[in-house]
Amino acid sequence: MGIYDNPSVPILSIVTFIPLAGAIILMFFDRENTGTIKRFATGVALVDFLISIPLWIHYDPNATGAEMFQFRETVDWIPALGVKYDFGIDGIALLLILLTTLIGWIACYCSFSAIEHRQKEYYILILILQTGMIGTFCALDFFLFYVFWEVMLVPMYFLIGIWGSTRRLYAAIKFFLYTLAGSVLMLLSILALYFFNDGGIPFLNIQGLGNEPTFSVLQYHEIGHLIPPTLQFWIFLGFFFGFAIKVPMFPFHTWLPDAHTEAPTAGSVILAAILLKMGTYGFVRFALPILPDATKELLLPIVILSLIGIVYGALVTLVQKDMKRLIAYSSVSHLGFVMLGMFALNPMGIRGSVLQMINHGISTGALFLLVGIIYERRHSRMIAEYGGLAKQMPMYATMFLIAALSSMGLPALNGFIGEFTILVGAANSVHFGTMWYAGIAALGIVLGAAYLLWLYQRVFWGPLDNPANQKLPDLNGREIATLVPLVVLMVWIGIAPKVFFDTIEKPVDYIVQKVDRSYFDKQPMTYPESSPAGKHVAESR
Amino acid sequence: MNWSDVVFIVPEIVVAAGASILLLAPVTVAGPASHSAAKRSMLALLAVTFASVLVCSHLVERIDQTPAFAATFALDSFSVFFKLLFIAAVAMVVLLSDDFLREARYSPWEYHSLLAFALCGMMFMASGVHLISIYVGLELMSLSSYILAGYYKNEAKSTEAAMKYFVLGAVSSAILLYGISVIYGVCGSLNLADISTALSTVLTNDALVLGILLLAAGLCFKIAAVPFHVWTPDVYEGSPTPITAFLSTASKAAAFAIFARIFYTGLHHFHLDWSNVIAVVAALSMIVGNVAAVTQNNVKRMLAYSSIGHAGYGLLGIVAMSTTGIGAVLIYTLVYVFANLGIWATVLMLRRHEYAGEQVDDFAGLHLRAPFWAFAMVIFLLSLGGIPPTAGFIGKYYLFAAAVQAGFGWLAVIAVLTSALSMFYYLRLVVAMYLREGKEAEVAITPPLKLVGAVCLVATLLLGVLPTPLIHQVEQAVRWTAARAAVTSHGGR
Repeated sequence: MGIYDNPSVPILSIVTFIPLAGAIILMFFDRENTGTIKRFATGVALVDFLISIPLWIHYDPNATGAEMFQFRETVDWIPALGVKYDFGIDGIALLLILLTTLIGWIACYCSFSAIEHRQKEYYILILILQTGMIGTFCALDFFLFYVFWEVMLVPMYFLIGIWGSTRRLYAAIKFFLYTLAGSVLMLLSILALYFFNDGGIPFLNIQGLGNEPTFSVLQYHEIGHLIPPTLQFWIFLGFFFGFAIKVPMFPFHTWLPDAHTEAPTAGSVILAAILLKMGTYGFVRFALPILPDATKELLLPIVILSLIGIVYGALVTLVQKDMKRLIAYSSVSHLGFVMLGMFALNPMGIRGSVLQMINHGISTGALFLLVGIIYERRHSRMIAEYGGLAKQMPMYATMFLIAALSSMGLPALNGFIGEFTILVGAANSVHFGTMWYAGIAALGIVLGAAYLLWLYQRVFWGPLDNPANQKLPDLNGREIATLVPLVVLMVWIGIAPKVFFDTIEKPVDYIVQKVDRSYFDKQPMTYPESSPAGKHVAESR
Repeated sequence: MNWSDVVFIVPEIVVAAGASILLLAPVTVAGPASHSAAKRSMLALLAVTFASVLVCSHLVERIDQTPAFAATFALDSFSVFFKLLFIAAVAMVVLLSDDFLREARYSPWEYHSLLAFALCGMMFMASGVHLISIYVGLELMSLSSYILAGYYKNEAKSTEAAMKYFVLGAVSSAILLYGISVIYGVCGSLNLADISTALSTVLTNDALVLGILLLAAGLCFKIAAVPFHVWTPDVYEGSPTPITAFLSTASKAAAFAIFARIFYTGLHHFHLDWSNVIAVVAALSMIVGNVAAVTQNNVKRMLAYSSIGHAGYGLLGIVAMSTTGIGAVLIYTLVYVFANLGIWATVLMLRRHEYAGEQVDDFAGLHLRAPFWAFAMVIFLLSLGGIPPTAGFIGKYYLFAAAVQAGFGWLAVIAVLTSALSMFYYLRLVVAMYLREGKEAEVAITPPLKLVGAVCLVATLLLGVLPTPLIHQVEQAVRWTAARAAVTSHGGR
């Protein structure tokens, strides 16, 4: 396995561009030969997943500072602007990449029978999307990050628009425009950072630092705290629109139910599992460490929006009649948790937040997969159409139960670990200063149990009285194969999360240290004396 | 006049002589209807011109120093950049015109001659450093364009377009000329360098404000910026499609060249006074152009409104008035020309009636009839929308960067949001091509169209992924202009 330690092997580029290479090869296939096309695409995604696994083995979780970003590749791309092709991952990106490659394979494999027309374009787009997503997590250059970020948009637009259900055009364009509007505002923030690092903005009397022009994220991490608070505020606002729309935070979530509901199964799975994580990843990688003052200044509104998202999302979920829409709204609620934990700004909260990103990807990904399976058989997502499925499809019912329990945070499954850590972090956060936020968030867990169990009850229990449901076949081998890895992960994280926490421990500490520069200084001291001293240090910088 | 100055204008002499020969050819050597001979002669002329621009710019030892002909004509890297772009664009327009001329049965010689005269005018515009030489070049280009816009002699729409274009164009030229005369009154010179020197000691006065405003109004008409844009949709819709392609790319690029040159090297001392006015014009153009385009069902009108929006984006670079800003104008003009010509090539492939590919519905199901060109069209549209990894993103990036750097944050916000909005109507075409079932309409993918489409596609993708060579060229072009601006300036940035 020397290739993973050999710096001359661009392993991250390989992982990133294998799907794209596969997509290009796929373009030369005969469009009638659908069997080969889908097997080839799934094979490419599987190979990519297998290649990405050893990254975790070779990742050194004890590295700190800039060395934490491993498997670095740095090549000049546009020297005139200081743009570099700069790849490197820390534990957070690593886990998200592994999730992406796994979900990519599942997305291909689960579409074998669901996609019945234009298969060639479908698999090409999924593979291009994979490259965009993996590249986004790998990029340590803001320009490069933006390029990958935008590249993701187009394939997803087509996936929803071509293979979606009835209102697909509306959903696709809504998804595209919402996300694009946010990301162009983010571009302006990137530009402001760029000029601050370089020559400043003389017209507005903003002194620059006079450094070499660069888009390096690590450099921005270093200079972030030097940015005057007013400028930080505006830059943060740009980031906020870019990321909050993607998360999506209340009130920017309205594109999500439409996109999720109309997208084909694989599209929903990728959207829920990976694309939403782009927003939270953006916050944790860029907004927090680069803009510590603005983060703290805007903490309260963001936390309030997160709490509204948790409770409102859960309440809206309760009344949904469409299974896919129900799970889509539950994402709003779950992502509210992720944001809440993150803005606790302590290691516990952010660790829980990062783990919950993974958990949500696994649980909600599995739920969308399961809804897709039943939709493929019955072509209906309406809860009222079902009932008593547990008798007819016991295996399916079991899988659904595990995924639902994981999603609602039952102990011994992954959701519990994430939500519990987040609540502990939120309850202890000095920035919140109150237990109430954690308390309100806990309400979301109760409501989560309510809507998921009620959904389960209506769909799987009761009499099997709809004749259309009486001959439904249970899961086939392929469907089991797509679900088993996710179920294994749910149990693994639920029982033994240590290895996951170890991987993200140092990266999370790094972020906490950036956003709250005195956090670790004041920890060893006892509480009352330490606080003013710590504060003083923070202000003098 | 120094005889060695002639080297400066050899390319222009070549074009003008060639244009005259093309005009005379049908009555002397070739028959009037020999369509392909006309096309080949025109392409040969363009090739010679292209070569002569390259050769002459190397020959001119004094390049980047003294303009020739009593300091009225410069062969600097700025003008070379634009001249090569114009020649390439006109060559592609010639290729796009192939079918139109074959079917419409109008004299191909006259048509190409007019294009060559327009090119000659544009080349003078790119090189002009004196307001009169710029004005004469502009008029040569405009007069040729008026005729070309009405080249569908039997179509009412085309005649209407030519008439509107001519009347409004003549008025705007008069306004421009009036502005020039007022500036002459204040500065005592029409040479841009002298104007700059004169203005460095002048305080703002009403006459100067009037002169600059009139000049800006005249130029805004030429680039089709709001509120001087009303002619654009009608003219673009009515003109023969290849001429629409010409007007929306080469002609517009030439107008941007003089806009940038005049304001950057001549009027930069009053940047703070006029930049806010131009900023408002830019904001209005972006908003009006992009919002109006949303509701259009006619592709030509949609692209006309989109080009109004793009004029607004281009103005961002001029508002910023920095080396980044002017560089952004150059880069953006180039990527816009390629993306737009690619789109026009695809539109022409749908040719069914006199006016090709007019309705959005005509694109329905194109991905089945012409998968490759549907894909190319998507790339062109993404480039216009500024989505990476296409060249359009690099162009927009530069413009936004220039605006942010110059402190025009509000303008940059409007720019990015309208840019996102613009994707809405670009995606309408994508939706039609990929998501709707097509009617059984024929497509005519002829070799000339393929060539143009392929060149534009390669340029759009290549410059998006590897923009460094272009950036180097542009930096060189701008550095010289910046140096000239600084010669007489104490506050120019």
